[in-house]
Amino acid sequence: MSEIQTIVMPKWGLAMQEGMLAAWHVEEGATVSKGQEIADIETSKIANAFESPVSGKLRRILVTGGETVPVGALLGVVADDSVSDAEISSFVDDFQAKFAEQLAASASEKGPEPETVEVAGQRIRYLQIGDGAGTPIVLIHGYGGDLNNFLFNQPALAEKHTTYAIDLPGHGGSTKDVGEADIAGQAKTVLGFLDAKGIQKAHLVGHSMGGGVSLYLATHHPDRVASATLLAPAGLGPDISMEYINGFIEASRRKKLEPILQMLVAKPEMVTGDMVEDVLKFKRLDGVDAALKKVRDAVFAGGKQALSLRDQLGSVKVPVQVIWGTQDKIVPAKHSEGLPGSVKVTTFDDAGHLIHMEKAAEVNQAILAFAAAD
Amino acid sequence: MAKKSYRQAISEALSQEMERDPTIVIMGEDIAGGAGAEGEQDAWGGPLGVTKGLYTKFGPDRVLDTPITESGFIGAAVGAAASGLRPVAELMFVDFMGVCFDQIFNQAAKFKYMFGGKAKTPVVIRTMYGAGFRAASQHSQCLYNVFTHIPGLKVALPSNPYEAKGLLIQAIRDDDPVIFFEHKAMYDMEGEVPDETYAIPFGQANVTREGDDATIIAFGRMVNFANTVADKLSKDGITCTVVDPRTTSPLDTETILETAAETGRVVVVDEAHPRCNMATDVSALICQEAFDKLKAPIKMVTAPHAPVPFSAALEDLYIPSMDKIEAAVRSVTGKSH
Repeated sequence: MSEIQTIVMPKWGLAMQEGMLAAWHVEEGATVSKGQEIADIETSKIANAFESPVSGKLRRILVTGGETVPVGALLGVVADDSVSDAEISSFVDDFQAKFAEQLAASASEKGPEPETVEVAGQRIRYLQIGDGAGTPIVLIHGYGGDLNNFLFNQPALAEKHTTYAIDLPGHGGSTKDVGEADIAGQAKTVLGFLDAKGIQKAHLVGHSMGGGVSLYLATHHPDRVASATLLAPAGLGPDISMEYINGFIEASRRKKLEPILQMLVAKPEMVTGDMVEDVLKFKRLDGVDAALKKVRDAVFAGGKQALSLRDQLGSVKVPVQVIWGTQDKIVPAKHSEGLPGSVKVTTFDDAGHLIHMEKAAEVNQAILAFAAAD
Repeated sequence: MAKKSYRQAISEALSQEMERDPTIVIMGEDIAGGAGAEGEQDAWGGPLGVTKGLYTKFGPDRVLDTPITESGFIGAAVGAAASGLRPVAELMFVDFMGVCFDQIFNQAAKFKYMFGGKAKTPVVIRTMYGAGFRAASQHSQCLYNVFTHIPGLKVALPSNPYEAKGLLIQAIRDDDPVIFFEHKAMYDMEGEVPDETYAIPFGQANVTREGDDATIIAFGRMVNFANTVADKLSKDGITCTVVDPRTTSPLDTETILETAAETGRVVVVDEAHPRCNMATDVSALICQEAFDKLKAPIKMVTAPHAPVPFSAALEDLYIPSMDKIEAAVRSVTGKSH
């Protein structure tokens, strides 16, 4: 195969326009494989390992460590030895010329923007990406999160499916008056969202508390759920780190909040200053403090998870998979043990609670594989 | 998130808070423009259009055009605050504060103290400060340091549109008198501002950049200069922490001392005259509390001890520039060109 493949600056989330290639893990001439961590990339929001989108020999590196380039800029070229250096050079020249044109043309263009929809008197913000014909995927964040938590997932999933990431009540850009704050109440809101968007059935992907919401819908409303992918979900055991939940509510200063957010991930350096500042900005919005406390008191009353659906998991009528990082400090991965054989369980040893960010490529693949089965 | 200008952010904060709380009134010279007279109503919206539209929305009982008598209407605002309203007065240029010093320094700032904590004075005085507007020496001063000096007053210096909305909402909800400083060269600056209301607590500095080589503490508009310099220097391998104290009273001494100690090399940027300003204040603080952490003498980048010149060329030289900030950072780090 004498094909030339490209590695370009990825787009992690709507706001990302450029990224800094902090360091390469591989050198020119190395053989890379798809999914291999080949570089560290930092954006103003987040720092993460970059996984190779392709396999082959890394023939050319175009961006050196420390350089900041726009999304889509050529980072490297992969091709086997049958392609000559001259061919690669002319390919690169061609790419760069076209990219410069594209960049100029897209300067005024806007990407998808979040929208809002009214659900039972509440304003629910969501982001739709993709318009695939098949069953849509609905992404539901966890406690204190918002739709941006799926920034590494939604674009990849949107290549095959229509995807909707939503903000639960009290979160992100949705109404801060949460109404019924327990998981059943939140599930009602998600059902209302499906109705409002005319979605009969969806593949649900839920993280943490959103995983509990997805699990609740899978058990109580199987007619609306095509499959459920539960990422470190609530609802499978009593344990929850109240150190995290209360710390998240109480920390109003960057210095206090940073170590709390670092509990979410296996590698604390993933949490950037801007990520901390974004959470502080969310927490400053009027009504958020009350909403967070109300949800805490309903979902984690007395320092334990109020909802347990473990016993109903064996009889659930829709496919369910559970994905967990064993270094999860918020909801322990031991909740994934001893589940019925019908539930597919995947664990990762080098990841924490934000499994969909820390192991984005693997989680995306697992979601797509699961969703393709219907 | 929607992009809004500094001007829009302030206007939105006023409008949303006035909707929330009927005791909030705004007053000042031409903040409506033409109010009560025959002819066009709401003609001005303040000298730079910040309050435009509020008269139409909230009417003459809550949007009051005042005579050009600062001592009169600032006194009225302070009195109204002491008797149950939450007035937001606009005093066009901070340079004119001098004519109502008694109302601010002796009355507003002292009520709580003089009446044994039984009186509160929830007044906000919005005012324009700073050079760069070709407005000469009587319309270009900073003076936030003067108000910082007075116990009983709170002083906010928003450095961008997000900060402007959140700090103004906090100022309005605060039970103490707040002098709210808007830099006149920043009204068209744009940034992401949530549509929802939010308050930024006073006395909590914002760390806008994180670095290892030097700490730049900057005030108001100078925060943006410092950020730009930090971004430029990072390309040369010099990384800076930039601290925006947000309020000079109360002052977040904890963050200042922590970030100063982390790098041991400090530059303080203050647009005010160099004597008895925030740069000297912060430098003294660091010298007293963190002297053993310093690796180099503190550098202050300020305007000179001279009135703001009217000549455009001289005014440009007068304002602390990014070049001067960069040179100061290079000097304290020992990494010159």
